[in-house]
This record gives sequence, C-alpha cells and structure tokens, in this order.
Amino acid sequence: MKRSTALALFSVGIALYCLVPFLWFVLTSLKSSAELTAIPPILLPSFHLSFYRSALDNYGLLHYILNSVIVAGSATLVTVAVGSLAAYAIARFQLKWTNFYLLLLLAISMFPQIAIAGPIWTILDRLQWLNTYQGLVAAYVALCLPLATWILTTFFRDVPAEIEEAALIDGCSRLQALYKVVLPLAAPGIFTAALLVFIYAWNEFFFALIIMTDPNVQTLPVGIALFPGEYTMPWGEIAAASTMATIPLIVLTLIFQRGIVRGLSAGAVKG
Amino acid sequence: MNNVSFEVADGQFCILLGPSGCGKSTILRLIAGLEQPSQGEIAIDGQRIDDLLPRERDIAFVFQNYALYPHMSVFENLAFSLRLRGLTANEIDLKVREAARLLEIDELLHRRPRALSGGQRQRVALGRAIVRQPKIFLFDEPLSNLDAALRATMRVELARLHRRLKATIIYVTHDQAEALTLGEKIIVLDRGAIQQTGAALDIYQRPANTMVARFVGTPQMNFIEGRLDDKGALFQHKTLRLNVAGLLQENLARMAGQSLTLGVRPEDFHITDADQASISGIVELIDDLGSERVLHVKCNEL
Repeated sequence: MKRSTALALFSVGIALYCLVPFLWFVLTSLKSSAELTAIPPILLPSFHLSFYRSALDNYGLLHYILNSVIVAGSATLVTVAVGSLAAYAIARFQLKWTNFYLLLLLAISMFPQIAIAGPIWTILDRLQWLNTYQGLVAAYVALCLPLATWILTTFFRDVPAEIEEAALIDGCSRLQALYKVVLPLAAPGIFTAALLVFIYAWNEFFFALIIMTDPNVQTLPVGIALFPGEYTMPWGEIAAASTMATIPLIVLTLIFQRGIVRGLSAGAVKG
Repeated sequence: MNNVSFEVADGQFCILLGPSGCGKSTILRLIAGLEQPSQGEIAIDGQRIDDLLPRERDIAFVFQNYALYPHMSVFENLAFSLRLRGLTANEIDLKVREAARLLEIDELLHRRPRALSGGQRQRVALGRAIVRQPKIFLFDEPLSNLDAALRATMRVELARLHRRLKATIIYVTHDQAEALTLGEKIIVLDRGAIQQTGAALDIYQRPANTMVARFVGTPQMNFIEGRLDDKGALFQHKTLRLNVAGLLQENLARMAGQSLTLGVRPEDFHITDADQASISGIVELIDDLGSERVLHVKCNEL
C-alpha cells in the first residue's frame, strides 16, 4: 500500500472516530419517538423534527440559547478587549519581568477549575453576583484571560515594530497606531483568541452549574443536563438540543477560519 | 552614542556611513523620535524637536524593510499620512497620484504590498515619504534588501529624486559605494562616534584615520607599519625601504623619525620589472572582475 493511501485511510479513521458521537446524536435527534426506542436500534432516522419542536416548546431551549449567547458573547468581548491591551503592552514594551510574566500567565491558565471553584463561588456570593450574567461572565473572563493574553501576545509580537513606527511617524498617536495598524494585522490572533474563549464559554458546564442555580439564567449545557425529569429521560430532546448547541460553534469556526489563516502580514516587510 | 554632533544644510544629501553596530541607525531613530536621547539636542530650522512626538516632527522615514501597511492598498499606504492630517479626498487623490507618477507606480495603486516585487515595494515606501513633503527625509539602509542590479538603478533614481525635490536627506548605509555616489556630505561613524566628515573625494583620498581608510574603498587599502627616517623621506619596514619623499600630499617632515602606518590603495600599485620594484611578491589569487583585475599578493618584504 502506498504511503499516501495509508495516510488518507488513517486520517479518515481519525475523523470518523471524532465524528461518530456527533453523528450519533444528530441522527438520534431526527428520529421519531417510535424509532428512538426501537429494538434492534435503527441507524437511519426518518428525519422527524418532532424532538426539535418538543425541545423548543416544552423545554425552553430558545431561552437557554439566549442565555448562552449573552454569557459567551460578553465573556468573549471583555476577554479580547482586555487581553489585547495587555498583550500589546507585553509585546511592545520590553520590561524586565516580561518573560517571567508570560510564564506565569501560562501557569495560571493551567490551574484546575475545581481548585478555584470554591473561592470563585464565595467571591460571587459576597458580591451577590450568583445567578447573574455578570457573575458567570466574570468567572469566564478570569479563567480565559491568561490564555487569551498569551495567545494575543505571540500574535502582536509578529507584527513588525517598524510598521507601527511608520504609523507613528505618519501621524498616528499610539492608540491610533494600535487600532489602525496593529490590530488589523493581529486580526488572525484576535479571531483565534475570540473563538477559543467563545467555545470555552459556550461549552462550559461546571461553573455554569454551581453559579447559575436559577433556571432563568442557566446556559445551554446546564439547561440540557437538567432536561431529564424524575421519571423521564428525554433522549430525543437532549439530542436535538445538543445539535442546536453545536451548530453555532461550527458556523462560527467556518466563518472565522479564513481570518485565522495566517499570512495577512505577508508583504509588509521583506520576507 | 558618544558626543556625536553634526549639521545638515537645507537640501543636502547627507550620508551616515559605518559598519553595522556603529550607531548610525540609532542617530536616525533619535532624529525621528523613535528613541529618546539621554542628553543633547536635536533641532530642525533652529527649532528644538527632541521633546516632540514623532508625528509632530514633520519628518519622513523610509525603513530598511519598507514597513508598508500590508492590509492597505498602495494608494491607501500613500494616503495614510494625508488622511491623518485631515486633507480632503481631492487633495489626497491629487498628491498620491503625483507621487505615484514620479515614482512610476501609478499602475500599482490598487494592489496590496504582498503582490509587489521588492523594487516596487521600495518605490511605495519612497512614495509614502514623498507625499508628505516633510522637512527631512530619513532613509535607513533603504536599498540593502534589493538585488545588485536593482540597487544600482534605485541609486540613480534616488539621486534624481533628490535633485528634483530639493529635499534634505539623511541617509544611513554601510555600503560605501552608495555613500560615495549619493552623498554630498558623508559622515563616517564607528563605535558610536564620528570618525570623519567630508565630501566623497575627501573621505576617499584623505581618510582621517585607519578606520575610515580601511572602511572606505574596495578592495581594501593596504597597511604597512613602519618608521620614517630622520629626513622624512624613507619609510622603513623590516627590509623594505620606500622612498616617499614628494609622493604624499602630507608634509612628512614634521613626522620624521616616528612610527607610522603607511596606507596604499590597491589601484596605486604599479606592476614593473623585478629589478625596478620597491616591493615584490608572489601572486596568490587573481579576481577577474571583467573591468578590472584584483591581484592578491604575498609580499616578500612584509
């Protein structure tokens, strides 16, 4: 067997392995109630949308989606806004402790969640921010900011200093140079950081569970996890909700992947 | 930098020449305001500028690696500074097209920098400086990223631009050919200090010290350590005896009896028969460059 064929088979194998769970709940979501419980299991559904209707009507799926959009969206905006400024400073101003600080950021971003869950809960409780959007957003920003700053720093460092200096000479203030020249050139980094934060905040379950006990403000993962009732296990609705929860991430990734692809700064300087 | 002080006249093409690390780029960055001097002053037209921001100094800077804005078209690259100054769209269009015509890049205005060749990028970088009509142009080794043929063309072009714009230019380079052809005033720097200031021929023919003598001219000047006899006429090195009376422009009488370094440019050696030669040796290597031929000789007397 040729090397390339082997490689292709191997890649397809990995892709299938990753996709099977996703395919499984997409197919499940499209089954009818009868197909869902059929024995032996039916692989191909009849493409019923009844579970989607039920998830939206009986389980308030739309409401959870809205909460998730608010929380993940705000967490992303705040993290990227604050992270960009921090990263710019770290990348541009050579300070004694810059490298140590970067190391610290990386170390902090690896803290296990469970270790800081208690303190964060207590802080939010004192602030009376439990069961509020800002409470969960603050927690997510705190968790994502170190890694986002770290990623953004590497991208800002890749923007040649001369381009910024040219802008300063051409008439920009530092802030103007930042948003007219440096930010557009670091756009791939900003997209990357934003997407990572958004995916994290969108999928995050543990903090959402302990901070958001009020169903009114619960996000998708928690909402879906609480679908099962005392005597029911609504597999179909759970599959439908999971599919709906995954689609935005896929769409976002597809949109931003073009922005994430590097090479925008090609041609600025010799190379 | 140590005690560097010089003046550039209005409309003058001034070259800062020196090996890498000599501080020439730092001088340029200080003038541009990209770095802060710890002491001393910088003035344009008698006005102190060293406490002004780069954008307030009315200077243009052409970077070695061009530093074009990659996310903007060539037109926008040229228009950027004009927009920041609040010119109207009409004025901007006029100035950009004029500069583009001057540099023959009017066909490229809609392109992005990444779609340009090195020479074209260089022209865009020049254009970005020209549209501003600044008081001073600062050039930081602008041709060093180009290939040899293009460099020669751009050198001529720069000279032409300078005449046409009557611009004041401070130009940093480590390439002495560039310095000698372009510079009206050349400042040779080494280790953060000025070694010599003068016109191209001055620097070439009357180098102020061995650093300048060694640095300017290819192939390099030859150096022979030795002693001048008491009459100031005979230069002695081991068995070598050279009659230098009347040969040199310097009056050597006041240096009679001293230890000196004799510098001879390669083109000043003349090949003669062995019995007439004052110095002899074996040719180790011949560099045939077409228009000239460089001999590497191991001398018997040295």
